[in-house]
Amino acid sequence: MISWLSDFFSISCVPAFLIFSASVFAQPIVIGSKKFTESYVIGEIAKHVLKDAGIPAEHRQGMGGTIILWQALRGGQIDAYPEYTGTIAQEILKTDRALSLNEIRDALMKFGVGTTESLGFNNTYALVMRRSEAQQLGLRTIGDLRNHPELRIGLTHEFLDRRDGWQPLRDRYRLPQQNVMGIDHALGYAALANGSIDVKDAYSTDAKIADNDLVVLDDNLKFFPNYDAVVLFRLSVRPDAIAALRRLERTLDEKRMTTLNAEAERTKNYTRAASLYFASDTNSATSVFGESFTHKLSRWTLRHLQLAGASLALAVLIGIPLGIVASRGGPVGHTILGFAGVVQTIPSLALLALLVPVPFFGISVRTAIAALFLYGLLPIVRNTASGLQDIPRSLRESAIALGLSPAARLWQIYLPIASRSILSGIKTSAVISVGTATLAALIGAGGLGEPILSGLNLNDHITILEGAIPAALLALIVQWLFDLLDRVLIPKGLRL
Amino acid sequence: MSALVELVEVSKRYTGAPALHPINLSVAREKTMILIGPSGCGKSTLLRLIIGLVEPDSGTITFNGSQTTPANIDMLRRRIGYVIQEGGLFPHLTARANVLLMAHHLGKSQSEMRTRLTELCELTRFSGTLLERYPLELSGGQRQRVSLMRALMLSPELLLLDEPLGALDPLVRAALQKDLKEIFTRLRQTVLFVTHDLAEAIYFGDEIVLMNEGRIVQHGSIADLREKPASPFVSEFINAQRGLADLRVESGKQETGKETSHPHLETRNPETNI
Repeated sequence: MISWLSDFFSISCVPAFLIFSASVFAQPIVIGSKKFTESYVIGEIAKHVLKDAGIPAEHRQGMGGTIILWQALRGGQIDAYPEYTGTIAQEILKTDRALSLNEIRDALMKFGVGTTESLGFNNTYALVMRRSEAQQLGLRTIGDLRNHPELRIGLTHEFLDRRDGWQPLRDRYRLPQQNVMGIDHALGYAALANGSIDVKDAYSTDAKIADNDLVVLDDNLKFFPNYDAVVLFRLSVRPDAIAALRRLERTLDEKRMTTLNAEAERTKNYTRAASLYFASDTNSATSVFGESFTHKLSRWTLRHLQLAGASLALAVLIGIPLGIVASRGGPVGHTILGFAGVVQTIPSLALLALLVPVPFFGISVRTAIAALFLYGLLPIVRNTASGLQDIPRSLRESAIALGLSPAARLWQIYLPIASRSILSGIKTSAVISVGTATLAALIGAGGLGEPILSGLNLNDHITILEGAIPAALLALIVQWLFDLLDRVLIPKGLRL
Repeated sequence: MSALVELVEVSKRYTGAPALHPINLSVAREKTMILIGPSGCGKSTLLRLIIGLVEPDSGTITFNGSQTTPANIDMLRRRIGYVIQEGGLFPHLTARANVLLMAHHLGKSQSEMRTRLTELCELTRFSGTLLERYPLELSGGQRQRVSLMRALMLSPELLLLDEPLGALDPLVRAALQKDLKEIFTRLRQTVLFVTHDLAEAIYFGDEIVLMNEGRIVQHGSIADLREKPASPFVSEFINAQRGLADLRVESGKQETGKETSHPHLETRNPETNI
């Protein structure tokens, strides 16, 4: 009589947990990267150089800005990531002074973090604008902007906040522009191209500068410090991994980096762009092919289902007992329903952001699953509680009066009668999970959010759709599947 | 022979308002005792106290010599059958599963259950072909027959009926009344029957307990109540009900134009799906 429930548990939980534990216990070297093309490409290169050395490695693409990556490195969620010397001095070590690489190495030591030598290029910040407009207005240097207060400036959020960013730059050059807005890096290039803004911040190795026929305004007051690219790593990682990463030192000049960036943006394929780095490197003969679309799609979808499945399984396992307790009312019941309700009101993005600084979680699959689980909890708790509460008093009392034990009443009478409501709660939770799991990519947990996110970063609609369409289809399939389950699991007597 | 159930100074309050003032009552074996009175007089509460759905605020309830406690109540419940107006059948179980639920729970053998089920179908005039139906696929009268089978499954010493026929239309009700009476006689069943219908009380009752506002007003035969009313309320209650009953007969005559009280019943086949 209760087999429908136990069957359901065994079907849904076992594979999800196997997958879950497998992903937690595998221990490759984890490379992180920031949310822009060059960082993706260097991250890919680092992954390959490790794999060439026979060290298992994975790459969490585009995890966020400097602070998120630095925290993830210190917290051990990642083992290495590409960084720039100027950023280390300004943002991590919080100094206004330019530091030599040796000073930086000494300062990082106390965090348990090491750095490679320069990879060979300096990717400094720069301000760029359309070549045609620059020529028309006769602008060559950043100082020249003083004469044109009407120009509209679009800056990345990070540049707006940085110690070596907009505020000090404006003070230094005494710039008059009032019309400054924050905009995503890739979208900013599109905005610049279509004339919505006139000036934006850029990295000097951005491929878009040449592609979009932009000019870099000369930093005539030498405001921007050097941004030599390096790879930061945890000193506790295996020595052969550090040795492999150091093989990248002085192997990339600005021209080569710009080429790789351009290739990455043209093909939207970081793996292939990274492979170009190895193609001309006779020492490490690698045969890296771009991943086929079907392979990528199945990888994204599988991970997506793992995230949604594991979190749903947890939500069912914990939500139903909580719902049973909540159905009994009283202060405990109200607290449970209140807590689940409050969690639901937190925007999903904020929930992820709130979990990242928590010690056990950080930037990891765990965090994504925990957030999705919390999100999926309310529908299950509420529907279990209301399903049980809606059982007519006459039926409850009949079960008691028969002399059934409390456990038998719950399993044989109450839960089956409430099964329809419970199942519809699980369905709501599943659809929410599948939809919200796209956000997991924000913290490097993968899934169908990955192409959506990189599509947004590159302002590439096709890539966005590669993730968005399968995610929407998945939600529909889940919905349909549960309608089917309703017919299989719900006792016939309740469907009359 | 001692009484099957003994209530001594039992009282119950629901959130302040007394539902039952301290009362004493003995339920004799193999008799049908009727609890009657207006809504809210405490007659259902009395049944619910015996089956342990509510606990008394004071006093003791003794079943077959042993006092009911939270520890032994589940054991005692299995020796008591309980049928309510709504039937209380579990909608996710077939009629058969409803009837056999407790027998399964207690691990009775298949053959034992089969034999008992056949007996019960015969006893309650319930067609065996309907056993695989779900409660929602049965008529009101059929549901109450299943509910009765479920209550009788473990051959209970006591049957508690809380207005079991209250929701049925008059024809079905009359047929079930007749069958119930037969069953009680055949099984020599001890029954505690709650109703607010005086005609039903007279039809079934060996003893009638008239209650009002949480107190037992009078306890005796219908003749006692008629001829030696303990208070003006007793006469008032009996006369009001008789008036209603007469009215019902009057209107029945006008509609059918016939003198007999239940013309359809005489020809009705008890096996049909009432």
